Amino acid sequence: MEPIHALSSGLPPSGVAVVRISGDGAFEIVRKLVASQGLPAPRAAGLRRLAHPVSGQLLDKALVITFPGPHSFTGEDVVELHCHGSVAVVAGVQQALADLGSRPAEPGEFTRRAFESGRLDLTQAEALSDLIAAETESQRDQALAQAGGRLRMLAETWRSELVSIAAELEAGLDFSDEADVADGLAASTRARDTLADLGTRIASALATAPVGERVRNGLTIAITGPPNVGKSSLINRLARRDVAIVTPVAGTTRDVIEVHLDLAGRPATLLDTAGLRDTDDPVEAEGIARARARAASADLVLDLGPGGNVVNRIDESGEAAGEQGGRLFLSALTGDGLDALETWLSAWAARQIPSGEPPVVTNARQRALVGYALSAVREAAEEPDPVLAAEGVRAASVALGRLTGQIDPEEILGAIFSRFCIGK
Amino acid sequence: MTPIDVIVVGAGHAGCEAACAAARLGAHVALVTFSKDNIGQMSCNPAIGGLGKGHLVREVDAMDGIMGRAADQAGIQFRLLNRSRGPAVQGPRAQADRRLYARGVRDLVAQTGVSVVEAEVTDLIVEGGKCRGVETSVGPIRGAAVVLTSGTFLGGILHIGEEQTAGGRVGELGASRLSDRLRALSLPIGRLKTGTPPRLDARTIDWAGLEIQPGDSEPSFFSSLTIMTSTPQVDCYITRTTQATHDVIRSAIHRSPMYAGRIEGVGPRYCPSVEDKVMRFGDRDGHQIFLEPEGLNDRLIYPNGISTSLPRDVQEALVRTIPGLDQAQIVQHGYAVEYDHVDPRALDSTLQLKALPGLWLAGQINGTTGYEEAAAQGLVAGLNAAGARWVPDRTSSYIGVMVDDLVTHGVSEPYRMFTSRAEFRLRLRADNSDLRLTGTGLDLGCVGHERASVFRGRSAEVARLSRELKETQLPASSLPTVRSDGATRTLWEWARFPGVDWNMLQAARPQLEAAPDVVETVLTDARYAVYVERQDSDVARLRRDDSVIVPRGTDFAGIPGLSNEMAERLLKAQPETLGQASRVRGISPAALTALLAWLRRQQDVAA
Repeated sequence: MEPIHALSSGLPPSGVAVVRISGDGAFEIVRKLVASQGLPAPRAAGLRRLAHPVSGQLLDKALVITFPGPHSFTGEDVVELHCHGSVAVVAGVQQALADLGSRPAEPGEFTRRAFESGRLDLTQAEALSDLIAAETESQRDQALAQAGGRLRMLAETWRSELVSIAAELEAGLDFSDEADVADGLAASTRARDTLADLGTRIASALATAPVGERVRNGLTIAITGPPNVGKSSLINRLARRDVAIVTPVAGTTRDVIEVHLDLAGRPATLLDTAGLRDTDDPVEAEGIARARARAASADLVLDLGPGGNVVNRIDESGEAAGEQGGRLFLSALTGDGLDALETWLSAWAARQIPSGEPPVVTNARQRALVGYALSAVREAAEEPDPVLAAEGVRAASVALGRLTGQIDPEEILGAIFSRFCIGK
Repeated sequence: MTPIDVIVVGAGHAGCEAACAAARLGAHVALVTFSKDNIGQMSCNPAIGGLGKGHLVREVDAMDGIMGRAADQAGIQFRLLNRSRGPAVQGPRAQADRRLYARGVRDLVAQTGVSVVEAEVTDLIVEGGKCRGVETSVGPIRGAAVVLTSGTFLGGILHIGEEQTAGGRVGELGASRLSDRLRALSLPIGRLKTGTPPRLDARTIDWAGLEIQPGDSEPSFFSSLTIMTSTPQVDCYITRTTQATHDVIRSAIHRSPMYAGRIEGVGPRYCPSVEDKVMRFGDRDGHQIFLEPEGLNDRLIYPNGISTSLPRDVQEALVRTIPGLDQAQIVQHGYAVEYDHVDPRALDSTLQLKALPGLWLAGQINGTTGYEEAAAQGLVAGLNAAGARWVPDRTSSYIGVMVDDLVTHGVSEPYRMFTSRAEFRLRLRADNSDLRLTGTGLDLGCVGHERASVFRGRSAEVARLSRELKETQLPASSLPTVRSDGATRTLWEWARFPGVDWNMLQAARPQLEAAPDVVETVLTDARYAVYVERQDSDVARLRRDDSVIVPRGTDFAGIPGLSNEMAERLLKAQPETLGQASRVRGISPAALTALLAWLRRQQDVAA
């Protein structure tokens, strides 16, 4: 396929920026950038000067790695350029690639090509995007489990059970008039029992969905309280500590401050809506309304108001730092009590996302399909009419097939891959 | 003689249906058969229809075909199977008088204007890579299209015990020269087996004490043009094999051609010979046998359930161990027949041979079994051979399910229709076959005036009653015996509730009025509506994928991202559409996506 390129690492400025090129002629294009130095051997890093082939201008000194297809991520010829992470360098390299006939990749296009070349199944493709976005331990575990095909294997087991149930039911329908067929009523009773049991197992996998999605999307903690109780000071204080992860994330409005935390391996986002103000601008008002809604649906609220669960300014009141009676006493100014807050938050996060087996169902698409399969299975288990019970079994297998992309390639492509960030 | 457009070889169920379908479109049709006496012969059991099969007959009838009408005229016992289950899986079945059925078919063939030629077809005429006619024992017949429906006559071998005879049906010649010709085309050919039971003399059966199986008091007909039975109605009887029967079979099993290894063809799992039943399910104390009369004035009885190819003396001994048959005389012994069939993956979705345009194949030659399956294929082949383009699809007919199954998957045993093959069976019902297909038939021009007017009347009535049910509200208090939440609902919604029937609705809203067949269709629609709507997106997806064409001769091995295994599977299946490719067994989603991506690029290049 035509060559595409994109920045595959985080936004510059950063230590290193990885630009990836994939497609027919990817090697030729990079060969023109390195001119007489030549490409390094496949899958071996080589330091090369990159120069624009027309102007001759030096772009960067970079590590070049080639991955010949089909044994590459996309299944095509792939080159990675590990450049210096400056905005100017990355822009210059990308421009030179475009001048040489490559085009900027669309969101998720690399993964889409990997999927199309048979390198990934659908749950694995989804997991990969999660793995790339993983910031904490639990997110990584979960993404790795998915990438290993955990949900796929479960779905395939369920599906093969449904096939044998369908066979029992159908035998009673298609051979009811012929001699020597197993008793239809006994068959459908047996089918109903098996369905009920299968329903229980699907339900327990589905029950991991809230945790799975919490892992995937992170826990949300909102800081509330009247003006001037020290909300911003607390956020700033937390942001400078080890638990905080510095990620450039645009909030719903520029007035919401977000800090990503790693609480004992669990991802969390701390929201401060302090900057929200009343406005006449309808667009901004909508943004503010959404931010407030997000804070309102937070998994945890740290309330700095009177009688709230966090008591600030103990440097003024002289109260003792630490947890007492379910309230946390601290000073954002001096940092007193911050350790206790972290411990407390970590314990809370561990309750929300228990460790152990990583969740099976981890995103909304999977939850919808597993949920559909579950309700079809439960309906079938209750349905006295064997024709309609069989229809429920069929619908459930179709949904499970679609989970791993077995039924319909077309529909899911756009929906899944548009969620990927460029170059991932 | 007027120039011929379509030549149909073989006058069985596929051939007669093909000839009449082509003729209804205005084609000049020559129907070539060994003997006029063979037209419409039922070579196995004297019955038409059944589960899945009854649906096929109703669909053939909806396209104005002949099988349903002939079966109704010849019907001596009508039963709606699965009456106690949902309407989607109910299938009409009839015992047919063998002679009346053949006469009915002969009359309908003659009325449709088909010319019958008595001859043996010896070869095909091939010109410029196309089939342009046939060589026969009475000289060449040329035409634009040939439909070959040679049944089990290709390389047919009959087995009775140690005896082997060439032929497709007992007492007739096999068409081995034609078989050689097809083999020379290097088509993929497979070998299958089927069998038939010994026929008994009714006068030697002791009927007293046997269980009676009566027909329905209200017969369900195959044709929407039939309003009443044409003949007196009769009963069937039921008996069983005994331990003594099983002992006879076990002690003679080494003389069975199947068990002695003289038969290489694969038989149908769902229609095993009695020796198979005993050897595989020997622990059962007995297997049911239906004693079916072959006709009103016919002394032959067809014992349905003891198909066998054991030697004649063993057949006689085993029959006499069965209650009621201890004095029974065998008039004609049971036998197994092995025959060649063409792998239907060599056909396109109109049943035309991909390797030889102009030649269509229908019926048992494609690896199917059953009169109904044959007739339905004859309909498809006949219409397309006469120039209509009709590719029935899985979402609107059992015929579409069968054709798609055949050309996509091929066969590993004789293919028989079942309702479970149709994933959209809630909408593919015997009662609504006309609503699904007759409109298409009218567009194609294969539906006559009489059916057209019956169809228009009925579809208007169905639409009217559906509308009235959807517009009429009824409070729960009017249906005191129905368990509900007490809300007011439309009659359409109430129809879904267990226990609600037409009488109840009519009692609550006496102005409702409709013919029973209209009521049945509309209430069933209402009952299944929720499920059918849920399937709508599946139906749309299937239709969309079936509209993406995979060009003939696509080099699958050259598609980037397709593994060798996937490319091989696709090469073997030769799918015509993306939808068909998706139904090829073992094809992964990644392979499909690669195929789709490649097809899109070809389009982009072309555009």
